[in-house]
Amino acid sequence: MTYIPKPAVIHPGLQRNDIGLTRRDYEGSMTTLCAGCGHDSITAAIVQAFWEMSIPPHRVAKLSGIGCSSKTPAYFLKEAHGFNGVHGRMPALVTGANAANSELIYIGVSGDGDSLSIGLGQLSHAIRRNVNLLYVLENNGVYGLTKGQFSASADRGSLSKKGEANTMESIDGCLLALTLGATFVARSFSGDKAQLVPILKAGLAHSGFAFVDVISPRVTFNDHEGSTKSYAYTREHNVEIVQADFVPPAAAITATYDAGSARNVMMHDGSWVRLRKVAEDYDPSDRDRAYAYIRERQSHGEIVTGLLHISAESQDMHAQSDTVPSSLVDLPYEQLCPGNNELQKMQARFR
Amino acid sequence: MDRVNDFAFKIATANGTGSASANGLLMQAIFRMGVPVTGKNVFPSNIQGLPTWYEIRVNKDGYTARTPHFDLMVALNAATYDKDVAEVRSGGWLLFDSSWPLDDRLKRPDVTYLGVPLAEMCNASFKGVRERILMKNIAYVGALAALMNIDEDVIRELLTEKFGRKQALMDSNQTAVDLGYQYAARTFSCPLPIHLEPLDKTKDAILIDGNTASALGCLYAGATVAAWYPITPSTSLMDAFRGFCMKYRQDPETKKNRYAILQAEDELAAVGMVIGAGWAGARAFTSTSGPGISLMNEFIGLAYYGEVPAVIFDVQRAGPSTGMPTRTQQGDLMMAAYASHGDTRHICLYPADPREAFELAAKAFDYAERFQTPVFVLSDLDIGMNDWMVPKLRWDDSYTPDRGKVLTAAQLEQVKSFYRYLDVDGDGIPYRTLPGTHPKGAYFTRGSGHNKFGGYTEDAEEYVEVVDRIDRKIQRATKVLPAPVVRTAPGAKLAILTVGGCHAACGEALDQLAREGIALDYMRVRSFPFGDEVGKFIESHDLTFVVEQNRDAQLRNLLMLETGLSIDKMESVRYYGGFPMSAHHVISGIKARLDKAA
Repeated sequence: MTYIPKPAVIHPGLQRNDIGLTRRDYEGSMTTLCAGCGHDSITAAIVQAFWEMSIPPHRVAKLSGIGCSSKTPAYFLKEAHGFNGVHGRMPALVTGANAANSELIYIGVSGDGDSLSIGLGQLSHAIRRNVNLLYVLENNGVYGLTKGQFSASADRGSLSKKGEANTMESIDGCLLALTLGATFVARSFSGDKAQLVPILKAGLAHSGFAFVDVISPRVTFNDHEGSTKSYAYTREHNVEIVQADFVPPAAAITATYDAGSARNVMMHDGSWVRLRKVAEDYDPSDRDRAYAYIRERQSHGEIVTGLLHISAESQDMHAQSDTVPSSLVDLPYEQLCPGNNELQKMQARFR
Repeated sequence: MDRVNDFAFKIATANGTGSASANGLLMQAIFRMGVPVTGKNVFPSNIQGLPTWYEIRVNKDGYTARTPHFDLMVALNAATYDKDVAEVRSGGWLLFDSSWPLDDRLKRPDVTYLGVPLAEMCNASFKGVRERILMKNIAYVGALAALMNIDEDVIRELLTEKFGRKQALMDSNQTAVDLGYQYAARTFSCPLPIHLEPLDKTKDAILIDGNTASALGCLYAGATVAAWYPITPSTSLMDAFRGFCMKYRQDPETKKNRYAILQAEDELAAVGMVIGAGWAGARAFTSTSGPGISLMNEFIGLAYYGEVPAVIFDVQRAGPSTGMPTRTQQGDLMMAAYASHGDTRHICLYPADPREAFELAAKAFDYAERFQTPVFVLSDLDIGMNDWMVPKLRWDDSYTPDRGKVLTAAQLEQVKSFYRYLDVDGDGIPYRTLPGTHPKGAYFTRGSGHNKFGGYTEDAEEYVEVVDRIDRKIQRATKVLPAPVVRTAPGAKLAILTVGGCHAACGEALDQLAREGIALDYMRVRSFPFGDEVGKFIESHDLTFVVEQNRDAQLRNLLMLETGLSIDKMESVRYYGGFPMSAHHVISGIKARLDKAA
């Protein structure tokens, strides 16, 4: 059960981050997912990313919808407020929370059913609004909790455990996000922490909607031959195009990237993401080429991973609507109520 | 019969021809003469071409309910001639455009015809199709001013206020008024027996619609986040809120916004945003109508069970399904009371007019935060979109928002441990914390089964403990929710019990029935769940007439469910055709039962 606490034993030798916290301080309760589930690897990567960035856990709000993936916010950052909402509707909750308090760091965790079927509309519009959050789609192509139905991300032709073929086209979250104008689009693989952690960090630093599709094989219902989301399939067909290294602003930027083979994009908080072009001529700032490249590799049965697109001109929801820099929840009531005198004055227009 | 300052007239035009501003001008002019007046805009779900009507009732005694009997009809829409002429009372008047001969369909032996060549005069005086069409409306205002003794100076004053610096528009409008006025003055014996005399009964009043008033309530309550999806008849609430925010919610120096208005992709998202914002600590609301509430049901259950404040304005319209989007009804009483699957029960507030819409809108935020639950404010299209004459709005500057039990960082520092759903004070209301406050304040909000510590549970006792406490919490709210409005008549054994906008019709019906020797007590409920006094009121009368605007007697059903009283104690009086209720509906419903019993 999700409320089983982990024993609070802090080994004195555990490494501490800039605010003096260990990785343990970024963990949550014990997972209730199946042993070996890809989602648990993602949880570990999330813990690592927040720890490395020295984000105070209580300044984070973690939200999710319904499904196996949406249970995972219970397994990290126990000092952060969590909200396990209704199926497919996490984007609305996080949009409202972010509108109210822009000063928190938001992470939304969702699955392929939650994001690409029941919640496709909400995901799309949160992308359009460019709500400032890290959106992690834990993608396994299957409905786990209801025991094995295809989700909208299941590839056409893939076989279910009972041997039925999926006859419909799949929805690719990254292509969708690119089409809708997402300012940060990345894909990784739950089994590749070395790639995933820097991507998550870059997404957290991005000012706007950071969409991260993480292929997350599920041992129980979809990790078998015939599924394109199995460990074996993904490892074999994974093409890494851009490697993201996240460098905190305090580090010497010039020392950490090599000219010629790297490209730097400055994040809105002043930090930098270093992008290594693994594929020749790949430009993550070019939305159309990113789209074309993913499609092209798809036709060869390959999954492109890495930081696929980032827009340096990202304007998040608050920038677009020109709200005050402080959070709305902190505005004193006196600044919100015009008072009775003003009410009497304004009523001249109702006569 | 004295019909000075006591009559009703109706204007029939086609949608999109610009009659709305002319009708508003008439209303305002009468109001400025100090005479109580109400206007009902009967409009189609259409942008241009379909029939539209505007009904104006002038009543020196201040009765504001709709009346279905018209003394005068301005019949300018050939598509509705048959219907329009039929609505004129015997001995009444019909004003038509005599640029063309009187249509056979308009002929009735007991009606006096007032032919005014509106098109002819406007074609001669104005250039361009648009202006000619628009000014015909202003010309009938002029003609009615002569016929009904509406003060020309007041009309001029209103035009000046409206057009001020736009001299060309001012001139056209004044010319059109004069054309109609002078034609009527020299052609007919003015004024008609139905006419106005100046009074002094509106100086402390305003003309305002309920949606604007509700938006003001939200502004004054300190709401900062609003999310919505456009839907008739609630759209003007958010439009008004946006207007007020642009004026009163900008940082004076930086001009940045102290509010966020989110136009969502649908009503599901709209209420989700409100719940997200409420969870994060903002006062947040959405405005919608019945179809929107249907879509919001799932999220409403989450807010109820997860105990998140949210304010939901339901400006009701005629259902089911798309129904009649531009007609009024009280069709969502049952749905709002128990919205969402599973066991739920919600606080509902029922304003009767725009003034109460203002007051209850503001209170809704206090209740939502105090009881950590969704609160519905149920008005309707008639209250929301029509201009009502109400006493001026006032705001108590000593008001401070009731933010409920929210622990601060300093308080959290003191406590040993915090559990979200513990009933620490024994009043059914747990303490909550806002995200970002303090590491000790963290908890998990979930719609899945949870125990009092906030942990996930599927344990029977743990589950029951929490849902029972929530039930107690909502029931206890009745002690502070707005009490019913009660009016008593000595010795009355019968009573009327009603809700919301039926108030105006019931008040008028009570007076008229009293004059006929039928004494009735009166109660108007203003909130749900009902307080104990509601059941006692019904019990203490031989028979209570439950007056409402829906087919299925939803208020009576709620009363039966919630008080456990028998249906024999409550006779239903309903009108649900889409127009606002009239005293006539109430009286005939009551008399039908009394006659049957006699």
